[in-house]
Amino acid sequence: MREVEIAIVGGGPAGLSAAGIALQTGATALLIDDGQHLGGQLVKQTHKFFGSKEQYASTRGIEIARILEKGLEGHPHLEVWLNSSAVGYYPDGVLTVLKDERLVKVKPARLIIATGAAEKMLAFANNDLPGVYGAGAVQTLMNLYGVLPGRRALMVGAGNIGLIVSYQLLQAGVEVEAVVEAMPKVGGYWVHAAKLRRTGVPILTSYTVLAAEGREWVEGAIICPVDERFRPIKGKEQRIEVDLICLAVGLSPLSELLWQAGCKMKYISQLGGFAPLRDGNMETTVKGVYVAGDSAGVEEASTAMVEGRIAGLAAATSLGYRIADAQRLKEGLWAELEMLRRGPVGQKVREGVKTALINQDSDS
Amino acid sequence: MDEEKIIICRCEDLTLKDIREAISQGCTTLEEIKRVTRCGMGPCQGRTCLPLVAAELSRATGRGIEEILPCTVRPPLMPLKMGTIAGAEDG
Repeated sequence: MREVEIAIVGGGPAGLSAAGIALQTGATALLIDDGQHLGGQLVKQTHKFFGSKEQYASTRGIEIARILEKGLEGHPHLEVWLNSSAVGYYPDGVLTVLKDERLVKVKPARLIIATGAAEKMLAFANNDLPGVYGAGAVQTLMNLYGVLPGRRALMVGAGNIGLIVSYQLLQAGVEVEAVVEAMPKVGGYWVHAAKLRRTGVPILTSYTVLAAEGREWVEGAIICPVDERFRPIKGKEQRIEVDLICLAVGLSPLSELLWQAGCKMKYISQLGGFAPLRDGNMETTVKGVYVAGDSAGVEEASTAMVEGRIAGLAAATSLGYRIADAQRLKEGLWAELEMLRRGPVGQKVREGVKTALINQDSDS
Repeated sequence: MDEEKIIICRCEDLTLKDIREAISQGCTTLEEIKRVTRCGMGPCQGRTCLPLVAAELSRATGRGIEEILPCTVRPPLMPLKMGTIAGAEDG
């Protein structure tokens, strides 16, 4: 059994940021990721980020992944396990990890869960036809492997992911026939929607997809307007010619390890599903178990990085490691979060996070 | 809506019709639907299907989606080979 000071599950923006600050205090960390490389979803994000300098604004996601990874490279207090999946967390604080076809036991003094989120699926007829993709898969194919997923696309969902991936499809030479969105208005940032509209792509709000059509693969899609209770309006179905239906209908936190740890969970629709209650240190109701990023509630990579730093800092200082001005640093990070969650788009998240936060004034 | 053509659980090849049948036979929780249909017991361990089943249960029973509790999450979180488990290091 391996004993480590801080184990971090997930090497995306939250996990990398948690590792970075923990190492800075002098703590040692084990970073576990099931992918072939660190960076999580950042490595397929070819678009530039918003926010301020602290969150790498105007830098592309893929470059942020490199920056974060480079900051950790070769650090003597860091061990990275790639292609490794955390498959269980037990009441005695043991984490089992599938690594190189072997089940390895790890006993961390502190555990940071930064496992990210899973894409939501949608129920419509023939939704198993080849050509129906999650937006994450489309990004992986195009931006990571340079493979075109189709020629004519229907995007389902006008949140930020749907809007951004639609634009990336256009950049790759795919025709985007339409973006449909069941809600009466666009969920993502206006600037992304405007950019897409300028290219002539229609964004149909209060619309959904009813069916994929085709024998061996997608050859068309039936779309339809919906009423205020999201019921399709009969007689208004339209068929569009597409060979790609891309689903960007939201994410839900990957919370299995949190459930296993016994963390108190709460269904918070604004955060995408069940999310753990956490305090101002991003510590859950189970002492020593921290959470950061989308597994704490679906948000953005920029907020994931800040939450990662809060969790990493708190985990390390709780082990006795010190860093200059830790309290001010923590307050600064919370101020950054508040800034990132400002505005009408952040309202949903602000409401969600508010119901997940407990003992807000507690200090490490 | 052609519920036979709507796939809910890809791993176990279950359609919306299968899920609705399970509900009409008296299943009222995700745990019950899982035990009766194997929904969520495949390689993805319910990450794709269970949110859809929860929404369906909520519609059918009139309970809020927040009242539909997820299944008990047991290790391992993904399918493992028996050999891997048998070969686990001692500790």
